Amino acid sequence: MASLWRYLLAGLGLAALLVGVLAVVYLTAPQSAQPVGPDVSRTKSTENGLFVASFEPERGVIQQGELESWLLTLKTKAGAPVEGAAIAISGGMPQHNHGLPTSPQATDYLGDGRYRIEGVKFTMSGWWQFHFAISATAGSDTVLFNVVL
Amino acid sequence: MRRLVCLMALTVVAILAGCGKPDFSDAEKKTIASLALNTLPPLKPDTTNRFADVPAAAALGSTLFFDLGMSRDGTVSCSTCHKIDRQFQDDLPQAVGVGRTNRRTMPLAGVARDPWFFWDGRRDSLWAQALTPLENPLEQAGNRTAYAHYIKARFGERYERIFGPLPDFSGIPPNASPLGTDAEKAAWNAMSEAQRDGINRVFANIGKAIAAFERSIEPAQTRFDRFALDLATGAEPKDDAAFSREEILGLKLFIGKANCVTCHNGPRFTDNGFHNTGVPPVEDLPPDRGRIDAVAQVEADPFNCFGAYRDGDTSACGELRFMVKDAPELVRAYKTPSLRGAAARPPYMHAGQFSSLDEVVAHYAKAAPSVEGTSEIHPLQLSDRERAALVAFLKTLSE
Repeated sequence: MASLWRYLLAGLGLAALLVGVLAVVYLTAPQSAQPVGPDVSRTKSTENGLFVASFEPERGVIQQGELESWLLTLKTKAGAPVEGAAIAISGGMPQHNHGLPTSPQATDYLGDGRYRIEGVKFTMSGWWQFHFAISATAGSDTVLFNVVL
Repeated sequence: MRRLVCLMALTVVAILAGCGKPDFSDAEKKTIASLALNTLPPLKPDTTNRFADVPAAAALGSTLFFDLGMSRDGTVSCSTCHKIDRQFQDDLPQAVGVGRTNRRTMPLAGVARDPWFFWDGRRDSLWAQALTPLENPLEQAGNRTAYAHYIKARFGERYERIFGPLPDFSGIPPNASPLGTDAEKAAWNAMSEAQRDGINRVFANIGKAIAAFERSIEPAQTRFDRFALDLATGAEPKDDAAFSREEILGLKLFIGKANCVTCHNGPRFTDNGFHNTGVPPVEDLPPDRGRIDAVAQVEADPFNCFGAYRDGDTSACGELRFMVKDAPELVRAYKTPSLRGAAARPPYMHAGQFSSLDEVVAHYAKAAPSVEGTSEIHPLQLSDRERAALVAFLKTLSE
């Protein structure tokens, strides 16, 4: 009879140990492993430092699945607006082997270095890239923006 | 000793049972919520069709949708392939109208929310879509002036109450169309510009009426939606809203490791885009290159958003205006179909290539290369249990 109690006690002890170990594992495990993402700054220097470019949604928020207008703002390093620029846009999703689902275009110059980019559409979450080839009187340069949804 | 083993086994079972409860991360909960039907926004107005929300137009459209008279030989209507009791599809690998087509009939729930129509997006509005089968020799096989004559004879008063006066029919040949037989084309070309425009307008209005009717066809709530709502509100799922362990595993795979949600996203489970996923061609069908060949077709369509028969202004034409025209990924790219109700409507893919969801899941796991162009999908290790779980989850979108 005594041996039964010993086994029971040992069993309980082991169970308690198991619960303890599991608790430690669950409590210390990171909630979600966040891999280091791409640079998502909305303002950056162009590749050769000719311009400072900003790219942001015209309405401030991104709505997945809708055609949207974004603004590309171009300034010189000294902060002067870049006017009369020719802008070619390409891009895609580097992890999915596909380009953009639409062909966004610069459709309007709004003054103060701001260009309206129409036809932007995000059809899925993930890592998107927008590449701008900019040509102005000051010269030509390119800039790449990452957008992560 | 046996008791000790027994006790330990019981402890392990108790712990595992605790893990079997739906346990989703915050990111998973957010994704699940984004798929639920309650996040479907109200249907936007269609400014290109000023009759889109006119009840009399929808009523006429419904009559036309089911009317066998809307075909060359009086045997085919829209509803021949879009069957009302079968999710507005026909269960066939390729649709059969007057002849056998080369594509699977698409179901219609939520169709008015699509930016592009047909598997390859060769039309850019619901009303322009509705016109296309009418003149396709394999579908309804009619011709433009014959439809106009039929509308005048059969529905003249109803038509005029909605759309205004019919044009002058004197001198309009009984059979003429820019897309028909040589004789029909010749008859069409012999008509005056004004006559052709008058007939085109009647024809466009047929599409606008049918589109007005189709706007009422919307997806219904499913077990998944009830489950998602309970998960979002923290309520204990009751009755059929409770998911089995297998269904939960399938859902987790769908939004996780299996990457289905990348394209099958939002409350309609579609990104409304076109993708090459390496679906094989069907042997005895004509060559089919998908989206890449549809670009020229939608641009040439006189009923597209830039055409003369659009109502409203061109601000509604963004999709056509900013359409991708020549990217390599358009080759053999087909529209992402909604998965709502999919489990109840085999066969699958644009030409009914797969007869079961098991075959579909096996295709995506294997990720065979495309016969032309490049498939966007990558091979995936899925156990038999995981494959079955994905199928079990998909069934919750049909119940």
